[in-house]
Amino acid sequence: MTRSQLIEAVASKSSNFSKKDVEVIVTTLFESIAESLAKGDKIEIRGFGSFKVKSRDGRKGRNPKSGEGIFVDPKKVPFFKAGKELKERVDTIGKE
Amino acid sequence: MTKADLVEATYEKVGSSKKDVAEVIDTVFESIKEALEEGDRVKISGFGNFSIRHKRQRRGRNPQTGEEIMIGERKVMTFKASQILKDIVNKDGEQTE
Repeated sequence: MTRSQLIEAVASKSSNFSKKDVEVIVTTLFESIAESLAKGDKIEIRGFGSFKVKSRDGRKGRNPKSGEGIFVDPKKVPFFKAGKELKERVDTIGKE
Repeated sequence: MTKADLVEATYEKVGSSKKDVAEVIDTVFESIKEALEEGDRVKISGFGNFSIRHKRQRRGRNPQTGEEIMIGERKVMTFKASQILKDIVNKDGEQTE
């Protein structure tokens, strides 16, 4: 499922909004999540999961092509943790 | 930030009521869940991909008691952030490329 298929799916279930409106909402939604991650905020969506930013320390690394030793700078990585409901719905083993 | 804040950030852009927008946002997350449930990957360009990974059965250990247990076969969801999102999260300056 791509972003446009998601918009399609949501628009087909929604009587109050045009596809264009759903597109604006979906776009703004993910933009808002990204912006608040950039600020270091945590986003929690009940039944779905939470997004937050984790910090990674700098470390000594190696260029795998040349074998040259380099220092990898500390960085931040976006992280998603699935919520309970999502975890349970996804793990269908033994349910069918 | 919670779903209520997401509604707040969104409803003015479409000039609609918070209640209606909240419903659409619920539908967005519900649709993503439905797709994942069917084993489909969800790719949000510029944001990231949600996908399902099949984990095999493995031997594990209760870290509290040290007791060995069997962790059964299961499916888990993973999120891989897009390069764009990774860059956004790191953009506030103090780091160099």
